[in-house]
Amino acid sequence: MQENSVMPDRLSLLQRICYSIFPGTLQRPKYREGYGSFFNTLVLHFRPRSVQERTLRFTLTWGLGGMAVVLVCMLFATGLMLKFIYQPVPDRAYESIIHLQNNMLFGQLIRNIHHWSGNILLIIVFFHFLRVFFTGAFHSPRQFNWIIGLAMFLAVLTSNITGYLLPWDQLAFWAITICTGMLEYLPGIGNWLQKLVRGGSDIGAATLSIFFAIHTAVIPACLLILMPFHFWRVRKAGGLVVPRAPDEDPSSRGDSVPSIPNLILRELVVAVMLIAVIMVAAVIFNAPLGAKANPGLSPNPTKAPWYFAGIQELLLHFHPLFALFIIPVLMLIALVSIPYFNYQTETAGVWFASHRGRRMAAVAALVAIIFTPIGIVADEFVIDFAAWMPGLSAVVSNGILPAAFVLAGIIAFYWLVNKKYAATNNESIQSIFVLFVVAFIILTITGIWFRGRGMALMWPWEY
Amino acid sequence: METMPTKTKEKKSEAEPTRRSFFNILWIGLGLVALAEFIAVAFAFLRPRKSKAPGENTDLIITAGAVERFTPNSVTAFVRGKFYLARLEDGGFLALSRTCTHLGCTLPWMEKEMKFACPCHGSAFDITGNVIDAPAPRALDIYPITIENKMIKVDTRKPIKRSAFRVEQVTYPKKKV
Ligand code: HEM
Ligand code: HEM
Ligand code: FES
Repeated sequence: MQENSVMPDRLSLLQRICYSIFPGTLQRPKYREGYGSFFNTLVLHFRPRSVQERTLRFTLTWGLGGMAVVLVCMLFATGLMLKFIYQPVPDRAYESIIHLQNNMLFGQLIRNIHHWSGNILLIIVFFHFLRVFFTGAFHSPRQFNWIIGLAMFLAVLTSNITGYLLPWDQLAFWAITICTGMLEYLPGIGNWLQKLVRGGSDIGAATLSIFFAIHTAVIPACLLILMPFHFWRVRKAGGLVVPRAPDEDPSSRGDSVPSIPNLILRELVVAVMLIAVIMVAAVIFNAPLGAKANPGLSPNPTKAPWYFAGIQELLLHFHPLFALFIIPVLMLIALVSIPYFNYQTETAGVWFASHRGRRMAAVAALVAIIFTPIGIVADEFVIDFAAWMPGLSAVVSNGILPAAFVLAGIIAFYWLVNKKYAATNNESIQSIFVLFVVAFIILTITGIWFRGRGMALMWPWEY
Repeated sequence: METMPTKTKEKKSEAEPTRRSFFNILWIGLGLVALAEFIAVAFAFLRPRKSKAPGENTDLIITAGAVERFTPNSVTAFVRGKFYLARLEDGGFLALSRTCTHLGCTLPWMEKEMKFACPCHGSAFDITGNVIDAPAPRALDIYPITIENKMIKVDTRKPIKRSAFRVEQVTYPKKKV
């Protein structure tokens, strides 16, 4: 002990201050190599000392989790800055954004960075979610981390929705009117929930202050708790899932390598590149700002934010009870239970489970790409159960009937694919997942680009 | 920290709870009560306010004007009250909410086509507030109307939901004597 530690009084003032903060840094002179050691010990407090070499492959993570972390940090930094200027009351909110953009040095840039980081974060987290699913990284011992991930996904989504209202322009006001209008259709609690979220029956001052509180306090607090939890679970699982070829033995593990510099350098490169991309985007593209919110005039078309375009599209085809409640709730239940099915084979670490899994996923994607647009177009121009069977209530003709058709299609697909490929349940569950994800993406694309005035189906260049 | 010793003790004497385990239960119980209180307070705090002070409410009763001002088969917008006053062909009045029953967009009145056309998802309503085009699921909300001395007053405090138009919803001015 005595020999090991350097006597503090033989050090310069700077070193003594350093020592007082991080006594550990000076304990073993051999390990210490200038200021680098200080950095190293700091880093090793929250990164593992060594990692499996194979988990470093870019094609395992695609850097997506790390990118999400970087974006959240950027959102916190720019969000805190915006908070100094932004005023969350209807009479001042829009004006404070204008003031920020016109009179504050870099004000527009800060707003742009926040805007683009928020939107891109949602995309990145979605891709991270896909990579985790398709590498089978949700199996034990990572089951619960999948659940934590889903909770963070919801947090990021809520953050985006609540942030959307804050500029208080026409875009914000009407998009949030529509989103909260959807709540009314939830059976039983709908009206109550809508009032709770809006702080009254209309969108107004109460809504803005509620959204502001959720956006700048509640969700950031949730993320600050969930993110370390998420990373701790990755550590507890012994690091990332080890990628392997389909026919490789699951127990084979490669060498470990020290994280410094192998892991840290890679993380830094991804972070720097991402920051560069965001900065360029923020310099070139301004965050949109319409006219000031006017409760008396709805613009045409009024669309939900892009991440709700899929749900909005569903709403055009299904009774609201189905589009807003039954289908989303079933999807959520399915997502939560994904890690807890009884799987027949051990596929963790294999992209798309197996060779057969890859083929089946491709078939599922193809089927979804063909049949979703056909369904949308047919429902728009041909199918009209309500008119064909006027005796039925809307819940049956617009809800149960079309839902039954879709369900029958999915069951037929499942049965055919299972028969053709004699698949394990890992592979069949995966192919159903692909079917839903691709269909959802197509619905979203349709909602964003193929819906014009009055929500009629049209080409993007027609409106 | 304290739990370890208590656990072993509890195992020893499961039948007769010791003083310590009794206090542990008491603490946990009190803690749960306190938690429940906090949650209740949080909910009460966040619950949307009921109607405001009675004085303010009179603002929300809007005097629309004299009966003769409105020609039959016409619709007049009241921006401050957020409603439309419709006079039907037979001279009766309806105060219609301007909020689309689909997802809440504000409806403009199309004079030429004689309908409310929603800019958001294409719903349309006729002069009585009935749905002509889906996706709106029900007729426009209405507000109660009173006519005293030929002056029309609309009470905008509470919209009345309805599934479709019925004649009882119409308010008629008293017939000339
Ligand atoms: C704000 C959102 C999120 C952040 C910041 C985040 C961050 C991370 C990071 C940094 C990793 C380490 C490796 C990697 O880059 O893949 C990771 C792994 C993981 N994430 Fe996330 N994540 C988020 C959302 C999600 C979501 C939505 C899910 C799934 C529903 C999820 C499930 C997982 C799982 C299961 C792992 C372990 C993967 C493995 O062992 O290979 N995460 N996350
Ligand atoms: C996951 C984290 C976050 C996401 C996804 C997010 C997303 C957004 C989005 C999409 C907007 C609308 C910007 C626009 O289009 O104009 C916004 C605005 C805003 N956010 Fe965040 N945000 C996050 C975190 C934060 C934090 C931590 C704060 C501050 C403590 C913050 C403060 C603000 C403020 C003041 C605005 C209004 C200014 C404006 O609209 O430009 N945000 N946010
Ligand atoms: S809000 Fe009027 S049609 Fe959707």
